[in-house]
Amino acid sequence: MTQHPRVLAYALALAALLVLTALAFAVGRFPLALGDLAALAANKLFGADYDVSATAETIVMQVRGPRIIAALLVGAALAAAGTAYQGMFRNPLVSPDILGVSAGAALGAVLGIFFSHSVLVIQLGAFAGGLAAVGVVYAVGASVRRHDPILALILAGVVIGTLLGSMIALLKYLADPYNQLPAITFWLLGSLASVAPRDLAIAAPFALAGLVPLYLLRWRMNLLSLADDEARALGVPVGRLRLAVVCAATLMTAAAVAISGIIGWVGLLIPHAARLLIGPEFSRLLPLSMVLGAAFLLAVDTLSRTIAPIEVPPGVLTALIGTPFFLWLFAGARRAWQ
Amino acid sequence: MAVMLEARALGYGYPGRPVGHGLDLSLGGGEVLCVLGPNGGGKTTLFRTLLGLLRAQAGEVLLAGQALGAMSRGDVARRVGYVPQGHAAQFAFTVREAVLMGRTAHISLFATPGAADLAAADRAIAALGIESLAGRVVTELSGGERQLAMIARALAQGARALVLDEPTASLDFGNQVRVLREIRRLAAEGYAVVFSTHDPGQAFLAASRVLLLARGGAVRQGTPGQVITGENLQAVYGVEVRVAEVDGARVCLPAL
Repeated sequence: MTQHPRVLAYALALAALLVLTALAFAVGRFPLALGDLAALAANKLFGADYDVSATAETIVMQVRGPRIIAALLVGAALAAAGTAYQGMFRNPLVSPDILGVSAGAALGAVLGIFFSHSVLVIQLGAFAGGLAAVGVVYAVGASVRRHDPILALILAGVVIGTLLGSMIALLKYLADPYNQLPAITFWLLGSLASVAPRDLAIAAPFALAGLVPLYLLRWRMNLLSLADDEARALGVPVGRLRLAVVCAATLMTAAAVAISGIIGWVGLLIPHAARLLIGPEFSRLLPLSMVLGAAFLLAVDTLSRTIAPIEVPPGVLTALIGTPFFLWLFAGARRAWQ
Repeated sequence: MAVMLEARALGYGYPGRPVGHGLDLSLGGGEVLCVLGPNGGGKTTLFRTLLGLLRAQAGEVLLAGQALGAMSRGDVARRVGYVPQGHAAQFAFTVREAVLMGRTAHISLFATPGAADLAAADRAIAALGIESLAGRVVTELSGGERQLAMIARALAQGARALVLDEPTASLDFGNQVRVLREIRRLAAEGYAVVFSTHDPGQAFLAASRVLLLARGGAVRQGTPGQVITGENLQAVYGVEVRVAEVDGARVCLPAL
């Protein structure tokens, strides 16, 4: 691909993100005029002194602001983790929860709901559960010697994920159907409705701690998409690099899941779309994938709170959008690989 | 002539499953070693051991005079380049991007390729005369084109020894000849080249030395004329072969 379409892809993605962000602030049960938003932005960012209603300010700063930032953060984090995993596992069907991070986070959160109703406990449970599940999967995969290490990791992820899934099913069966079960279901479907600024302050550093190594290793990541022997013969200590990427992607996914619950499809769909636009070279792919992921989840979340009188879970919307997109990709299977 | 690639009393294979033992090898710049042997004869296992991808079971491998066992992966990659058998391209990297990956051992962990690396990749592409492929994506190349791109990647490593695992496998006749021609040309430029093949005739065309591996670890080594005889080939492959001379060049004729 030449230089020109690459710049165009970045420019379009960023423009879409900006327009969507402005729209997301404007629409909702209490619509805001773009002029008011601009005035408020000028007041907050540049110390201007335009006249803006207190209600508008509260909506922007307390209600929509945190939610929009959360959508951007979660979308970008899931897309980045998905991009890393698809390259590393040399497989376009891989999503960030391939190693059981979502199943572990879900079990942690459900345990939190089961034993307490504190939001903080639920989030901590999700985060710790996600990290622990991937830790177990990695340890199992690494201990199965004399097998293809990638295959060992994926099989361990499937097996541990199934085990965690059955434990979640047991807890749902035992849960109080009037009180706990709706909370569990709500959490498993994912939602950004109840995100508070404090949640962002806790999750953002972990997401960033995962992103920094991925960004630093952005060129070397390409080598992980080669066969192990090839990458090693080119000078890469493959096992160590893979461990670093697993840690980074897991931190990002666990941080995202802890604030939003499980929102599927973003980490599967977006890296694909970005690869179609700009090619597989990771140092170019990662930023585009993150911008598209942020824009996609923001669009989905904005739809989820505006298209119906009640909120539609974003996980349902991503599946409704994701399935036809994926079928379209399969129709052109050769391109889908790339 | 400096020795680039050396094996001393090398035992190779897997723990509890030795494949070969007591192998001595010494290859200098300008020499081409052709490794022959039946399927399952241990060619790939030997190559993986020479590249440090598999731990030597006995003896040692030396690259440019230094023991491989003490080297980092980067040290090895700067001394010996590798062309794998049938590179399975899964993502649509361009040829230039793929060749650039050969520079990994020269690029620090958190860095991206610099101007010197881009220049080295372009030199390697030019050395194989595949400039017209540089912008094409590897998944859309023919087998022969992809093999040339992989040789370019190995050259970009900057190593003076090259190991090619069955570089002519599944290539059409024209591309087989082109790859053999590249091997000869690289040797003329001072590279030490090791390649494996299933066609013993290629040893006469491109190699200065031959290593014949038989299942069970029996080994013969020498010039093509010494090693490739009807008797030896029959012992290793179990079929009758006659070595004939046509216009001063030797060829292998199997009896059907």
